[in-house]
Amino acid sequence: MIQNAFIKVGMADLNVTQRSGVLKTTGLGSCVGLTLYDAKAKVAGMAHVMLPASEIAKEGTLNIAKYADTAVPELIERMQKLGAAASRMEAKMAGGAQMFAFAANHDTMRIGPRNVESCKEQLKKFGVPLKAEDTGGNYGRTIEFDCDTGILVIRSVQHGVKEL
Amino acid sequence: MGAFKELREFQLDVLKEVGNIGAGHAATALSTLLNKPVDMQVPKVRMLPFEEISASIGGEEQVVLAIFLRVEGEAPGNMFFILALESAKKLLKNLVGLQQVSEEGEYTELELSALNEIGNILAGSYLSSLADFTKLHLSPTVPSLAIDMAGAVLSFGLLQFGQMGDQALLIETKFLEGNHEVEGHFFLIPDPESFDKIFTALGVDGL
Repeated sequence: MIQNAFIKVGMADLNVTQRSGVLKTTGLGSCVGLTLYDAKAKVAGMAHVMLPASEIAKEGTLNIAKYADTAVPELIERMQKLGAAASRMEAKMAGGAQMFAFAANHDTMRIGPRNVESCKEQLKKFGVPLKAEDTGGNYGRTIEFDCDTGILVIRSVQHGVKEL
Repeated sequence: MGAFKELREFQLDVLKEVGNIGAGHAATALSTLLNKPVDMQVPKVRMLPFEEISASIGGEEQVVLAIFLRVEGEAPGNMFFILALESAKKLLKNLVGLQQVSEEGEYTELELSALNEIGNILAGSYLSSLADFTKLHLSPTVPSLAIDMAGAVLSFGLLQFGQMGDQALLIETKFLEGNHEVEGHFFLIPDPESFDKIFTALGVDGL
């Protein structure tokens, strides 16, 4: 059996792969793990989005993988360079949890749901359908996306393994 | 953000002292609770890439018990008290009144409530000594507890730094109960804007 090597996607990072390989990102809390897949071209991409919008950025050089509104266009573009077509792409996402139960009046406390909403808006903007999601809740997730099968595996401490 | 990379030696020392005083009081509080000596290590003050922050507690996927609270007031920030799961069980076992400790991986409501309260007491003593030391008004929010992957819980405390870059400046203190059965970590992650206030309050040049 050939063990697929993981292609690691860090926090506030994105990566793409073609034909084979498993994209993996660990410890998603309020962050969102978004995957895009063109089954025909066998091109997959994954982004580990940390914040909803780049307009709040105070950093000098913007890390475009960090924000939903910059990560999604970048991911699509990187996949297109590998031969994917935006019209064939399908999205899946996981994460966006509220790790700690606080009074939800703090804006930062709602960051998980806001990340999810922002990712969805971006997908809509680019006309990419969201095929499946496992978002929200109050628990962390680690996800793996297999470029060969298009299956997204989600692991969590309290809820075991789920496949989308 | 560039300024953070050029933290001078004496500024690091000041932040280490912040960790020393805060965690020192917290360690004393824990020692009183357990009626056992608690050792504390020299605080580490480091600017770390997000990825590496969970390394000292076993990596991003390591399941830990985390008590989180937000520090409000003049120098806001995030605070975590992190225990390995075995440590949390031993801590409960050592506490009077909680003889019945459930099986590994399982926590009763009462146990979680006790741990939350321990976190509250420890974080409270950390913060109040820090407030005394700096004369800054600091108050903790109600603590919240999670048992989950280290990466998932800690990332929640990095959102403020996330707007500035891909690294965070944090003050980490590890402490061990006398015979090293219980190991705990304190992470204080002041908001980026709070460092200047801490420095000014302590009479040293800011960033």
